[in-house]
Amino acid sequence: MDFTLSDEQLMFSETARTLFADSCTPDHWRKMMEAGVARDDARWASIVETGLTLVLLPEEAGGIGLGETDFALIAQEAGYVALPEPLVESAGVAAPMLAALAPDSEMLADPSATIAIQHPSNPYVANADSAAAIILHDGGEAYLVTPDQVTLTAQPSIDPFRRLFSVEWDKANATPLGKADWDLAFDRAALFNAAFGLGLAQRSVDLAVDYAKERQQFGKPIGSYQAVKHHLASAQVAIEFAKPVVAAAAAEIGARDVQARARVSHAKLVALEAADKAARASIQVHGAMGYSWEVDVHLFLKRTVALTQTWGTPSTHRARIATRIFTQPMGPDQTFAREHENA
Amino acid sequence: MDLTYTPEQQAFRAEVRSWLEAHVPKHPLEHFDATREGFEAHREWEKTLKSGDWGMVTWPKEYGGRGLDLIQWLIFEEEYYRAGAPGRVNQNGIFLLGPTLIEFGTHEQKQRFLPKMASGEEIWAQAWSEPMAGSDLAGVRATAVRDGDDYILNGHKIWSSRAVFADWAFGLFREPGSERHKGMSLVFFPLDAPGATVNAIKKINGHVGFAEIFLENVRVPAFNRLGDEGQGWHICMATAGFERGLMLRSPARYQVAAKKLATLWQANKETADPALEADVVRAHMNADAYALNIYQTASRLMAGAKIGPEASTNKIFWSELDIHLTQTALNILGPQAELTHDAPDAGAVDWIDDYIFALAGPIYAGSNEIQRNIIAERMLGLPR
Ligand SMILES: Cc1cc2nc3c(=O)[nH]c(=O)nc-3n(C[C@H](O)[C@H](O)[C@H](O)COP(=O)(O)OP(=O)(O)OC[C@H]3O[C@@H](n4cnc5c(N)ncnc54)[C@H](O)[C@@H]3O)c2cc1C
Repeated sequence: MDFTLSDEQLMFSETARTLFADSCTPDHWRKMMEAGVARDDARWASIVETGLTLVLLPEEAGGIGLGETDFALIAQEAGYVALPEPLVESAGVAAPMLAALAPDSEMLADPSATIAIQHPSNPYVANADSAAAIILHDGGEAYLVTPDQVTLTAQPSIDPFRRLFSVEWDKANATPLGKADWDLAFDRAALFNAAFGLGLAQRSVDLAVDYAKERQQFGKPIGSYQAVKHHLASAQVAIEFAKPVVAAAAAEIGARDVQARARVSHAKLVALEAADKAARASIQVHGAMGYSWEVDVHLFLKRTVALTQTWGTPSTHRARIATRIFTQPMGPDQTFAREHENA
Repeated sequence: MDLTYTPEQQAFRAEVRSWLEAHVPKHPLEHFDATREGFEAHREWEKTLKSGDWGMVTWPKEYGGRGLDLIQWLIFEEEYYRAGAPGRVNQNGIFLLGPTLIEFGTHEQKQRFLPKMASGEEIWAQAWSEPMAGSDLAGVRATAVRDGDDYILNGHKIWSSRAVFADWAFGLFREPGSERHKGMSLVFFPLDAPGATVNAIKKINGHVGFAEIFLENVRVPAFNRLGDEGQGWHICMATAGFERGLMLRSPARYQVAAKKLATLWQANKETADPALEADVVRAHMNADAYALNIYQTASRLMAGAKIGPEASTNKIFWSELDIHLTQTALNILGPQAELTHDAPDAGAVDWIDDYIFALAGPIYAGSNEIQRNIIAERMLGLPR
């Protein structure tokens, strides 16, 4: 039993943090919003160059072959900058699925290509327009298409950096990939979005802390008032108790049993609840500034709203935890128990 | 990262389990705060525990412990709560003062106090709060005046849990004329010392769970001072770290409660409001999240880290989850929620008592408002 990260894991997330801090600043967000784009090719190139997109890919498919814990740490750092590019869905979900179904796919050969994924739990496909390929589903089977082989209808999202599309397609124009593991895709997406949510949450708190130290009212920084402090402290409590759940979910996802699924669902629920609490506290602490387009907090709120409801709604995830509770032993000796041990 | 138990850890769990199965009293003991008999029955249980060498497993062997690590401590606690073993009447000693003594005490002090603490021979109360020093603990007025090799203690302590029946107390005193955080010392005194008067105070559940203590020229040897003279505040904060961050509330306690809640829900779900299932699920999530957080903390401490201001987040989390959990039980029970355990229709779990107990959580061990101040100022860096 050891619940600590290795030095290598910490180094990797440090690398991701530095990269994102330099390449995804408020200035970058502003320029992209002005230009109405959701992808910065230079930034994506540096993400690819650093190897972040290869972390979860097996070595046979040209990847680094690390695990979910490693990728979750990267996703968390991506959340801290509300990364516009689809790192989670492409490198964390779609590319590993494609590698499992078609390790020789040419789409995997181009490291700078992003892959979008349609999933039975989501009505829309995110970032389908800028993807090199889209994985589609039909009756448990996966199909691969390029965006020009399908009809994409934009479904604008409140989040300026999320491009959602309805997809109309014809099997005749698609490459069949065979039966796919949609459950694994779902669990990975839920887990990595939970990790992303931790990053969103911490950034919302940090933005508010910075503001509350500077902004003066009644002759004092507003951060010296308890009502302000307590909003942010409560958000930090939520973050601190979501973190170990995300870490455990990442470590256990491979067990693929009812406990592991419940843990992933728990992680997704509490991490995005923390993000919601933090974003709303942050807006409140910023006052009217927080309600303006000018201040960046709204980006964190909007991504939180989007991620809370995709890859399983809160009720879907609660139901998976209920299944764990009502079909498996509970109690203090069951924290890390696996399904077969209880059978 | 490895979230599985080693074979040694599994064997340890089995050892704890089989010992507890053989020794845990078949019938629950009367509450230790209710009567002297209940208190003494718990003392007897502590002696039984010590006979199996289970008094305080993390302490060094030479002071009455087993020299085990924090993961083993968590396993022990899990089995302890799973077995429904009696509450630890000496918790102020073993969970708060003990770890502090191990950090700050001299070898002679450890030899003198720890083994008897581990065996329940000497049961401890914490005497920090005063009528004018609650949240603002630095406002302590009780004094310790040096007189040769002794201290003379004077003052008025209050809200001291278990002091009604306990043997010893560890109190916070100041040098006369000193101010605020300076000049304080942590000094032990026997509760039956000449000049010490202990008056019981009833809690809202009717138990004499805490007391006020009047000290009039109580003479104790200087040997009873923990750490250096004037270091009292620093030592108290270390104790408070153990209290909030790790030891006071075992995750196992809430995991057992969450399990009982799920059982209650299963038994009542045909008639209860279906919306309550979400709260039952939430109670389990909270208890599990707390357990995971503590496992992570234990791993960090074993790797050499120290408890910091994040301990304050724990205290808020467990106290709030306890209230939510017990209140959910009351919502499931509906009109039977108010029944005491004496009522013919009362169920096996005394949920109303648990709920009333839970309401103290946000007050003691530093109120949750104070914890939020600490988080804001020391974790987030907001101005005072
Ligand atoms: C069941 C129980 C057991 C206890 N056991 C012990 C024990 O064994 N030993 C011991 O020494 N003490 C014990 N205490 C006392 C406990 O530590 C104090 O109650 C606690 O520190 C709060 O102090 P107070 O009661 O004087 O409340 P006050 O300090 O008067 O506070 C009253 C209210 O004001 C709020 N408040 C005060 N200051 C601030 C501030 N700066 N910012 C925001 N809000 C503030 C508090 O949060 C609280 O809500 C126990 C208390 C309880 C309820």
